[in-house]
Amino acid sequence: MNIDFTQADEAFRAEVKDFINENFPPQVRGKSRNEYGGRDDFLAWHRVLYNKGWVAPSWPKEYGGTGWNSTQKYIFGEECAAADTPGTLPFGLAMVGPVIYTYGNAEQKKEYLPKILSGESWWCQGYSEPGSGSDLASLKTTAVREGDHYIVNGQKTWTTLAQYADWIFCLVRTDMKAKQQEGISFLLIDMKTPGVTVRPIITMDGAHEVNEVFLDNVKVPVKNLIGKENEGWTYAKFLLGHERAGIAGVARSKRGVERLKKIAAAEQDGGKSLLDGADFSRNIAELEIDLLALEFTELRTLARESKGGHGPEASILKIKGTDIQQRLTELTLEAIAYYGNPYRPFAHDKMTNEYVPGPDYSHGAGQNYFLTRRTTIYGGSSEIQRNIIAKMVLGL
Amino acid sequence: MDFSFTEEQNLLRNSVQKFVQNDYGFEPRRAIIKSESGWKRDNWKKFAELGLLGAPFTEEQGGLGGGPIDTMIIMEEFGRGLVVEPYLGTVVLGGGFLRHGGSKAQQEKLIPEIIEGKRVLAFAFAEPQGRYNLADLTVTAKKSGAGYTLNGHKAVVIGAPWADTLIVTARTAGGQRDEKGVSVFVVDKKAKGVSCRDYPTVDGLRASEVTFENVALGADALVGQADDGLPLVERVVDEGIAALSAEAIGAMKVLNDATVEYCKTRKQFGVAIGKFQVLQHRMVDMFMNYEQSVSITYMVNLKLDENDTERKKAASAAKVQIGKAGRFIGQQAVQLHGGMGMTDELNIGHYFKRLTMIDTMFGNVDHHLKRYASLD
Repeated sequence: MNIDFTQADEAFRAEVKDFINENFPPQVRGKSRNEYGGRDDFLAWHRVLYNKGWVAPSWPKEYGGTGWNSTQKYIFGEECAAADTPGTLPFGLAMVGPVIYTYGNAEQKKEYLPKILSGESWWCQGYSEPGSGSDLASLKTTAVREGDHYIVNGQKTWTTLAQYADWIFCLVRTDMKAKQQEGISFLLIDMKTPGVTVRPIITMDGAHEVNEVFLDNVKVPVKNLIGKENEGWTYAKFLLGHERAGIAGVARSKRGVERLKKIAAAEQDGGKSLLDGADFSRNIAELEIDLLALEFTELRTLARESKGGHGPEASILKIKGTDIQQRLTELTLEAIAYYGNPYRPFAHDKMTNEYVPGPDYSHGAGQNYFLTRRTTIYGGSSEIQRNIIAKMVLGL
Repeated sequence: MDFSFTEEQNLLRNSVQKFVQNDYGFEPRRAIIKSESGWKRDNWKKFAELGLLGAPFTEEQGGLGGGPIDTMIIMEEFGRGLVVEPYLGTVVLGGGFLRHGGSKAQQEKLIPEIIEGKRVLAFAFAEPQGRYNLADLTVTAKKSGAGYTLNGHKAVVIGAPWADTLIVTARTAGGQRDEKGVSVFVVDKKAKGVSCRDYPTVDGLRASEVTFENVALGADALVGQADDGLPLVERVVDEGIAALSAEAIGAMKVLNDATVEYCKTRKQFGVAIGKFQVLQHRMVDMFMNYEQSVSITYMVNLKLDENDTERKKAASAAKVQIGKAGRFIGQQAVQLHGGMGMTDELNIGHYFKRLTMIDTMFGNVDHHLKRYASLD
């Protein structure tokens, strides 16, 4: 057992660091995702990575992956977080892409994968429905076969960034009589198809990231079906496993702790910095230790997965990772005291007065705390993740 | 021992409840906070008509002669409706300074205008470097002839955009954090040298960064004693904490009721999610947090007129309990509502945001734990 990096690893780290330094897109430098002007900002970093061939480290090399080992992927993630690069959006690269290269046919791979890599196609996820959240398999959106097409009717919700999407991958019910999980199919739908309507949902922080997507007699070619009809649940579970693995967000949280320390060092409390006081530094230390344990839990999971194991232990990563993300935003809000209260407007607020007081690091911190409450809800809530561990790991 | 309310108090509660039900539903409130001004003057007039603006003032002053329990009742019901109009700033805090520290002339001029709804006050105390220390002041009021010259910057002054008059803490002597040398002033917002930059807050209020540049104050602007204003400030802030606690329990109650109702009706896996034991226990914990908060809110409101140490301990104890419970209840209400709890179109997030900001106001849990411990 060892956690040492080889000389080759260190050389790789230097290469990544240099690359990031030289290619960080100026248009998004210093901006948080909330400040992005639109689709182009989201894709700026994606395009840089694509041009270098680094946009999909987790994909098999034959489909455009990097061929990196797990240590290299880890180093890459660390360096991106340390440099505060934008993230790449998961919907194409981490979600539908792996489903397509794992279960899609040759034609589908050729059609969709290159455009996911290049960023030409923007994907969104059509899973949750108003009546089907934690109980996803109860979904009611139907796809009825008529000749070479399916006619799709229903409603999806919490669809992140659907306002920019070209495509949506949907779980639809193709067999109304079968048991819940056995009548579901995995269908790719062009967002430009007549009958697809996107309606914004504003979250409590004021942001517009999620949407409702209405599907009203949408005509979808049968060739857009992934894998076999009525076997979509298998693919959905495979995808949820992928979603979980990335969700721990260790490298980003480590960066978040560094940022929090800087904020605490800048904040005054009775003539010294907040970081110099015992109480707040103790809070940070507790968080940091929890994160350190999670980092090693993630490394152990990765090591196991690289040997072919893929267990429900991944739920630990989701539960602890999101808990840490939430505590980070909570402590940040605590650190900045009264300046957590001013509202930082979004472009869609169309406010004439966009003045936000307080130090730059305080801007939007309250809103960030509110928004981060969603992390223990999406992608399988913390309650559902605990059910998975109870059932699959502990055998209860 | 008796925890029941008087008939007058029940009538008071009914009238505030009726206002919140009729005039402060979710949509009307949303329209108010999105409006240009961010509050509704007609509501303020109604408060005057209902006598709410005169609740804590004596009958000689034209008020109702009520005590902390009356204020508690009003604030609790305002908490249920997430009322944004500046009752705390004007009546509880502004009124508190005038009642406990105001000269006869100040009282006679300002209190009737408050009661009639013609004058709105805001309390400017926080500073960018000061965190929660009420005595950490860089705003200065220097002696100048018979009066003072005021300079400096006050941060996140809640309700300042709506205010006619500011109550300002400033240093008149001593070092930046000395307990001695703090004084309190009444400042006309239109006075030369006062400038405000206004903005909305995350919990639906409005606030300003207020800058004073060589503002000339007469000797009659001083509230209470020169250089020895901190005890007055602490007393009024403790009363503010008692009122905020009441607002908080009003908000908590709405969240708890809504969450229980949602869990009874929301079905997943073929059953109402309230049937799941893990969620039942969570809601029981929310309920216990609320009950403990109600208790401590009664406690602090009953102890506001005791000696300084007792009052301070009561206020800090309440702020700790309210802060912890508000955080737990707010977070869990969102969690149990799932994605719906995250949206702007449901009331849950709005209550959660207000409870979060109540924790920050006048010092969070950490601050008041330390203050409480230091008072033994």
